[in-house]
Amino acid sequence: MKRALYLVFVLLMLASLLVGCSKDKSTPTPAASGEAGLPADSMAIAAERGLTPDDINAALMTYVPSGQWDEYLTFMSGGHSGNLVVVGVPSMRILKNIAVFTPEAWQGYGFGNTDIEAMLDAGNVDGEEIRMGDSHHPALSETAGDYDGQFIFINDKNSARVAVIDLRDFETKQIVKDPNIISNHGATFVSPNTDYIFQGAQYATPYGWEYAPISEYKEKYRGLLTAWKFDREKGRIVPEESFSIELPPYWQDLCDAGKLVSDGWVFCNSFNTELATGGNLEGQPNFEASVSQRDMDYMHIVDWKKAAQVVADGKADEINGMPVISIPTAVEEGILYLAPEPKSPHGMDVTPDGKYLVVAGKLDPHVTVYSFDKIQQAIAGNNSTPDEYGIPILNFDDVMVAQLEVGLGPLHTQFDDQGNAYTSLFLDSMVAKWKLGGDDPAAYTVLNKVPVQYNIGHLVAAEGDTVSPDGKYLIALNKWAVDRFTPVGPLLPQNEQLIDISGDNMKVIYDMAMGIGEPHYAQMIKADKINAINAYPEVGWDPLTWQKSEFATLPGEERIERNGNEVEVFMTSVRSHLTPDRIEVKEGDHVVWHITNIETAHDATHGFQLDGHNISLSLEPGETASFEFNATNSGTYPYYCTEFCSALHLEMMGYFLVEP
Amino acid sequence: MSESVEKIIGPRVPAEEMRVHRRRYLAPTVLFLLAAFLLVASIFEPYWRLTLHAPQYPNGLTVEAYLNNLTGDVNEIDGLNHYIGMRPLDEAAPFEKSVSVLGVAVVALLILAAVFVHSRWAALLALPALLFPVIFLVDLQYWLANFGQNLDPAAPLSNSVQPFVPPVLFEGKIAQFRTVASPDIGLWMAILASALILVGLYFHRRAYKPLVDAQEAVAVHE
Repeated sequence: MKRALYLVFVLLMLASLLVGCSKDKSTPTPAASGEAGLPADSMAIAAERGLTPDDINAALMTYVPSGQWDEYLTFMSGGHSGNLVVVGVPSMRILKNIAVFTPEAWQGYGFGNTDIEAMLDAGNVDGEEIRMGDSHHPALSETAGDYDGQFIFINDKNSARVAVIDLRDFETKQIVKDPNIISNHGATFVSPNTDYIFQGAQYATPYGWEYAPISEYKEKYRGLLTAWKFDREKGRIVPEESFSIELPPYWQDLCDAGKLVSDGWVFCNSFNTELATGGNLEGQPNFEASVSQRDMDYMHIVDWKKAAQVVADGKADEINGMPVISIPTAVEEGILYLAPEPKSPHGMDVTPDGKYLVVAGKLDPHVTVYSFDKIQQAIAGNNSTPDEYGIPILNFDDVMVAQLEVGLGPLHTQFDDQGNAYTSLFLDSMVAKWKLGGDDPAAYTVLNKVPVQYNIGHLVAAEGDTVSPDGKYLIALNKWAVDRFTPVGPLLPQNEQLIDISGDNMKVIYDMAMGIGEPHYAQMIKADKINAINAYPEVGWDPLTWQKSEFATLPGEERIERNGNEVEVFMTSVRSHLTPDRIEVKEGDHVVWHITNIETAHDATHGFQLDGHNISLSLEPGETASFEFNATNSGTYPYYCTEFCSALHLEMMGYFLVEP
Repeated sequence: MSESVEKIIGPRVPAEEMRVHRRRYLAPTVLFLLAAFLLVASIFEPYWRLTLHAPQYPNGLTVEAYLNNLTGDVNEIDGLNHYIGMRPLDEAAPFEKSVSVLGVAVVALLILAAVFVHSRWAALLALPALLFPVIFLVDLQYWLANFGQNLDPAAPLSNSVQPFVPPVLFEGKIAQFRTVASPDIGLWMAILASALILVGLYFHRRAYKPLVDAQEAVAVHE
């Protein structure tokens, strides 16, 4: 009897073991690390290629083997390519080139897709189709001052627009155009919980970019700071809940939002407090000289929380549909202050603890560090003189903590997790690492510098502008490459240099040729913070509305509907056929065409192009996309899948016949 | 109660005998109850899984067969199967899928009935449950053969892929796919239930045979 019970017990154990085993989803484990010391054949390769020990170390630190993933993702603006480039770190491989302001055929962006055309049209200026942009400063969405991996925003300096990109599918979802300014630069910067996305103007114009003689620059031209309200649930900027603050026609430059103790405030640099208006053909000095005359320009200090309240109280003026707080109201309500800063500064960077602001000199070899606490005391102390627009200028010595000489042409500053700051030195072509000294001016010291190749603009450290930077990696975004890469003609790639900052001394460990744009700023986020999808949640998905499309077409529902001279096509795509594969219309018909990729498999994307028409779609698994056009030319036009989807990809086509 | 029914359900255990040899009579009951429980629980677990391995599917494609439906990468596998003209997997075994849940419940009830039947008829009641795993596999193999043999001759790859019989267990090969078919939790539970029934029948016989023999001896005497 005992034996029998034992037998039952053993059988049950066995069963539970089997159940346990089959539930254990085997996950691929990274390959075991190699043994220490390089084998002889590796050394032979190094010798043959002339690699130094530093080269070998750099290679070992950056090589990411097949099938393994990068630890960080860096989002680099594409500059005047108008896009946003996703780069893996430490491999420095380009993973994606997200189309934002400029059409891009591979992503089916801006070539017929009805949703995307409408989104791009929201960025039109006075009816002019703007189909490019100058993307500058990406900003990842934040929660409590730290990247949350949900969204990324980027500005267009060219026409003062801001775009929203959803990091579930890495696609652009919205473009908004500021109704009052036509040039921005200090964008995008988010408040610590992404309630607002800040956008500062750059080149002052009359509001609504209306005409006003340049002789009336001082009276009619204005700067601006716009706070775009962001609705995280909807994943959209809400223009109706956004507002602006009128600023003098100083050229506002980079901004940064306060965090932790300085949450609720936003700070923007400026230059051209000279109010220069050019005229070099008429014998006036060039702008470069005339805007660089004064020893001090102004930091703009803005209490955005109070400003939002002032707008809610109805004290703003509506200009072109946007509530704008006038300078007098801003001064009266205590929203806007100025503080002197040396000579056309560039970077404005709030330290991770939110207590200090680092302003890089550009034309001055110092970084100037301001204390938020001192700024608050100065505001309370009422010891200020007004500028010519009546805005109180705080006393420089009252708000400044330290000035540290870091080198020539300091531009931007990032931070690590050890209390250090890293400032790019454009003229020296170097990065300076220096120690933050808190309230003690003597404690600020330059630690060391590393040369970069060449003309560094921005730089980005791992999560280096958040409340908790990671250290570890820094990228120098160099404007010139000169001799770094195999020649490819007179337009050179940019050189993005990865720098190891884990040790005391910085080491350049990778040169990446950026041949698809000119990055300005970038942000680097731990890759595992982002939850990118593999396929859309449901077949028939509209990526823009993030719900099932009303034009979703499932297998068996394919059809062609005719209504007078309007022809509506409901098509499916699946390996390896398009249904229907024959569409006949009459010349002059208006054609509305919907395609649903009914695939659900990882990477089973189909493309679509129609010969002789300016139409290109990318249909990712589950996606429904639409386009429409007038069949103005009779003829016979094949259409086909453009993404090599399967062995029978070439057979995945159809005929579009337009009968005269 | 008629004599034949009495004969089928067998002798009852006298109270004194039950008190003395409690474990002897409890053993088959416990084993049968466990088997019935396992069978019913198996309804909620997959019975069989087929994994397709190919270079472009690093995680493989898997279809899991429950008694009444298929889950997993069915869409993708159907999509691939259309190249060789195989019908969609969901069209297989419509009758079996519609009756399986009720069927297993009935089979489990029969085991419960066997607990109260103290004659050799208990073996007959337990027989469907005992054979259930084999029946499942034989039926599945039938459908695999049916699908593999009846390919649409107009399919894109019908020239290069001839009709075939996918194996119900172990490895197969079709185009670039290596297929691995194996029993899943549900089937293991059913197999375990069969094993428990076998052991239970042994204890059943050991417990009740003497009573049946004694009863028959008395009957002969009378």
